[in-house]
Amino acid sequence: MMTIRDWFKSGSPWIWLTASAVSASLIMVFGILGLVAVRGMVFFWPSDIQEIAYQEQDGSQVRLIGEIWETERVSAVILREGGNELPDGNDFVERHLLKTGNRDLYGSDFRLILEPYVRERNTPESLMAVERREWGNLYGYLLAVKENGRVVASGENAFAELEKRLERVLDLHDQSKRIEKKEIGEINYGLERLRLRERRLELDGKLTPERSKALARDRATLGADYAALQTRLSDLYQQSGRDSFTATVQDGREVEVPLSKVVRVTLPNAMSVFGKSLRYMAAVWEFVSDEPREANTEGGVFPAIFGTVLMVMIMAVLVTPLGVVAAVYLREYARQGPVTRTIRIAVNNLAGVPSIVYGVFGLGFFVYFLGGSIDQLFYPEALPAPTFGSPGIMWSSLTLALLTLPVVIVATEEGLSRIPRSVREGSLALGATKFETLWRTELPMSSPAIMTGLILAVARAAGEVAPLMLVGVVKLAPSMPLDLNYPFLHLERKFMHLGFHIYDVGFQSPNVEAARPLVYATALLLVVVIVALNLVAIAIRNNLRERYRALEN
Amino acid sequence: MASDTLARHGIAVGGLSVIIAIVLIFFYLLYVVVPLFRPAELEPVASYDLPAAQAGATLHLAMEEQNEVGARFTDAGHVIFFDTHDGQVIDEVRMALPLDTRVTSIASAAPHQATVALGLSNGHAIVVKHVYRVTFPGDRRLITPGLEYPMGGAPVPVDPEGKSLSALALQVGEEATTLVGLTADRRMVLSAYQREESFLDDSVSFTRATSQVPFEGAVATHLALDDDQRTLYVGADDGHVSYFDVSEPGAPALAQRFDVAGDSRISALRLLAGGISLVIGTEDGGLSQWFPVRGESGEQVVKRIREFDSLPGEVRRIAPEQIRKAFLAADASGNLSIYHATAHRTVLATRLADTALAGLTVSPRANAMLTEDAAGKLHFTRIHNEHPEVSWSSLWGKVWYESYEEPEYIWQSSSASNIFEPKFSLIPISFGTLKAAFYAMVIAVPLAILGAMFTAHFMSPHMRSVVKPSIEIMEALPTVILGFLAGLWLAPVLESNLPGIFAMLLLLPPGVLLAAWVWQRLPPAIRLAVPEGWEGALLIPAVLLIGYLSMAASPTLELWFFGGDMRVWLSTELGVDFDQRNSIVVGLAMGFAVIPTIFSITEDAIFAVPKHLVNGSLALGATPWQTMIRVVLLTASPGIFSAVMIGLGRAVGETMIVLMATGNTPVMDFSIFQGMRTLSANIAVEMPESEVDSTHYRVLFLAGLVLFAFTFAVNTVAELVRQRLRRRYSTL
Repeated sequence: MMTIRDWFKSGSPWIWLTASAVSASLIMVFGILGLVAVRGMVFFWPSDIQEIAYQEQDGSQVRLIGEIWETERVSAVILREGGNELPDGNDFVERHLLKTGNRDLYGSDFRLILEPYVRERNTPESLMAVERREWGNLYGYLLAVKENGRVVASGENAFAELEKRLERVLDLHDQSKRIEKKEIGEINYGLERLRLRERRLELDGKLTPERSKALARDRATLGADYAALQTRLSDLYQQSGRDSFTATVQDGREVEVPLSKVVRVTLPNAMSVFGKSLRYMAAVWEFVSDEPREANTEGGVFPAIFGTVLMVMIMAVLVTPLGVVAAVYLREYARQGPVTRTIRIAVNNLAGVPSIVYGVFGLGFFVYFLGGSIDQLFYPEALPAPTFGSPGIMWSSLTLALLTLPVVIVATEEGLSRIPRSVREGSLALGATKFETLWRTELPMSSPAIMTGLILAVARAAGEVAPLMLVGVVKLAPSMPLDLNYPFLHLERKFMHLGFHIYDVGFQSPNVEAARPLVYATALLLVVVIVALNLVAIAIRNNLRERYRALEN
Repeated sequence: MASDTLARHGIAVGGLSVIIAIVLIFFYLLYVVVPLFRPAELEPVASYDLPAAQAGATLHLAMEEQNEVGARFTDAGHVIFFDTHDGQVIDEVRMALPLDTRVTSIASAAPHQATVALGLSNGHAIVVKHVYRVTFPGDRRLITPGLEYPMGGAPVPVDPEGKSLSALALQVGEEATTLVGLTADRRMVLSAYQREESFLDDSVSFTRATSQVPFEGAVATHLALDDDQRTLYVGADDGHVSYFDVSEPGAPALAQRFDVAGDSRISALRLLAGGISLVIGTEDGGLSQWFPVRGESGEQVVKRIREFDSLPGEVRRIAPEQIRKAFLAADASGNLSIYHATAHRTVLATRLADTALAGLTVSPRANAMLTEDAAGKLHFTRIHNEHPEVSWSSLWGKVWYESYEEPEYIWQSSSASNIFEPKFSLIPISFGTLKAAFYAMVIAVPLAILGAMFTAHFMSPHMRSVVKPSIEIMEALPTVILGFLAGLWLAPVLESNLPGIFAMLLLLPPGVLLAAWVWQRLPPAIRLAVPEGWEGALLIPAVLLIGYLSMAASPTLELWFFGGDMRVWLSTELGVDFDQRNSIVVGLAMGFAVIPTIFSITEDAIFAVPKHLVNGSLALGATPWQTMIRVVLLTASPGIFSAVMIGLGRAVGETMIVLMATGNTPVMDFSIFQGMRTLSANIAVEMPESEVDSTHYRVLFLAGLVLFAFTFAVNTVAELVRQRLRRRYSTL
């Protein structure tokens, strides 16, 4: 039998210790992925609404309605220090964070309750959760549905009626939204273009009376369109303002909510698991396809997804040729020597330069210097309002292209270096020029490596936030950088970004507690995208290695 | 063939331009930073004869904000407004002096007030403000100068006895105006006027409080009142300055009398913008800055803060700027220097003439000055002095800021106040950067290196093919997600489970050993079922269990050892402040971000150690662990060193994690329970709101340059070491 002493002498405990470092790292990686995944996915599940009879500190009993958001075990000492009286005997107390909603009535969405004072707990099926456009959720019992202040349904069939009428109002809302966003947006854009054209003509000294008359005519047409849309819009508002409902909330108060302020009504306690699953799917879809509401703390993240994807695509278009050309130059054309070695070290180092430094450079050089010059030369009519002279998607893409350049260069170089000499020499021996060899054999053969580099670059760019905060990202972009207004792609516009969305909603929003699940969901989305991209890159790389190994043999 | 040449050139141009782009980053940062350290320059614009010379000798010169109109106050009580570019008189105003009086002295209020008081021979004074109305007739800017009398057009009494005023000090405010005069019979009188607006109509009346300042012993030569009208400095011919508390206008009290000139004598005395700092010039050319500092028993004591480079001759004139803590000083032999007080910097030293200047004023925006030479000519000169606030000592040294008790390192770049002293010490944020990196490395280095040792050397190839990609994925995780988890999840969890975290750190190594020992004692049937090299997987449940147990025991531990609340215990028993977002959180989160970098390079280095070395060592009877420590690690040590350096570079430059997981307060404290502010987070927070090309903007670029240089140096060292290692392997 081995004694402890022998065991230690054999050195194997230390090997176990090194193994534990691997275990700890793995636990951390998968723990974090799991944490984000669980928290992010739970968010969409319609949880039950509790009705709780709760005894307040002063002895009175109140009714509380809401979702239990979080539960933790807290030491009684801390609670007593905080001024809570607790029954003797227990050292630890369960404390729940209850989302009571109804921020318009109580001033906050949440309250803390202590388990020992919970007298009774129910989940009645008729409890209703209402998602609103303002003031967060409302929880309560539906009383009646009204049309122009007149009760049209109450009691049993009120909920069905409410759902029916809500559908109509949501439809109206979609219509008015379309008019506001798209049609009026187009008119405003047209008016702005007219203004700029006039200013341009004025600056060039070509503003003849005929031209200004033509401009005025165009403006008048747009103005007439605008007025027509306004009437339609106010008509729609009027129609959607017709219906409302009343409900009793936890303290027995009766509140009336116009349906135009409602996004969704549900009876989560009455839903079956299947029903909840359907709702879950719908909520996930809504999250990825909708626009944010309430200062980004509710609704979806579609503009952020769109902005991230577009920015990354522009970046990819910029970085691929640059990176490949640089790599080809370094490996195939430049004379190998101290100079290329220095350049390689510089390129490698560039990968280690903090991303915020790129942001600083991008802001100073691209935005203020290049952008400012572009404005002077091509957009004098808009000055002093900057066009390209302020942060925007173009500068963000360019900055990130610079940041990810080393990734593409290194990956491409690796791909080129793995091509067996025989292939290259064979091509040259058959009479191909150097460029033909490069173009017909080397580049196609290294294309998976280039692909890998590009995917890694895209993954890096999609997760990078710090430089973007300086060169173009905003918390809420009024218009997308790609739309149906000529010239369709607006490179000077600011954009929203998933990573920045996480930072902004999680740390800068007025209601961090309520927004937290949304941040987890956004984080999950980002992690999924990036992990998927990386897995693809790894798979391509491994596949590539296999192929070359086969070639060499 | 043509296409081949074309391609060759095209690729060369493309490749080189990429490299140029890389170099450009460095040079652009440098290009933005360099103006910070450039000296000021003077650009003479125009010289002309004294406008309206017949209206008397100049007592006071002033300029308006746009540098278009100048004003000359004469000893005959005239104010001449003139075009600064050619000396053309725009307007000449005569003040209504009472019969048989002369102007005997002049005082100006704080520079931004644009208010002057003329002391008269009958003990009265006229308070007058020069104002400039800007209109745009026909889209052209037109500035119309004029005078306003805040105390009414008639002179107001300063000395109740009506003696001539030989020296005067003035300070005006919204509610009160204070005048201090030195009378011909050497009394010092203080008159404070309280402004009262009638409730019924808009009429304004003043109530006056007069008292005598208890100044004795020497002849007063210089007077200065601070902006709040609470402090009066009196410079006397014995080289001393008396510091009076005049916050009670009825009862001025001497608070302190201090020697400023030594053997020399005071020849100029002015307050800087903000009215806190006193700059005193002496006859031997010395210039020093003084301000009140809280003494040991809470009273204010005026102290000598710093000395500036001396002027060659007697200091005659000091002209403070309006917004910045900078000033111009001129001596008796025509020399002029520009200084910045906080930065302790001489921005410019030049010789303007052979004799003393007869007048000197600096424009409100400090970008031009008007000087009058002894020959009666006025010179209008532009000043290019954008960044006097920054010097080597203000960036990296301790600086004694106004109202602070001692020199300190402080970063505080902006405030709501207009006359704010910007504090641009990079030390606190550099310190924060290193502190964050240090704690991250404390977490990351052991985990990453130990893990890499196991993975490269002991782990079964099959498990290795899972572990390596997992850790690579870890590297790809966006730091914004790590930061968000650290700030919103880890920080609160850590705060409420502090004892558990410490218990876990303490219990993990012995716990792992115990688990290993137990495994060793298991029956061989079980033990041999798992092949060698899977220890890392076997230990996962053990580590999880230890972690779970320590977290579950956390509240109990807290109750037993820390009276139920470790945070309170920390602050009462140890006197340690606890921030929720502290260094432990940053260390863990950033450590996590750095682990994969270090791990993967270390693993490569260890894996690349030639197999015959290992086999040789084992064949000679060394245990696997001895081989690992004595042979493998030693051979791979340069690689490990470069891995740690690259990890350090990453930790230093990381932005989002520190931005989200620390409180971002620039404190200088090494405590693990406190946060920090790092260079990178500082840039991310402040850059969007800094004005382009301002000093703040350039200092932030400097912070970026520091980061760039640091990481570049660290990475280059790492890369060189790695290349040498590679060459060594190839020879082995």
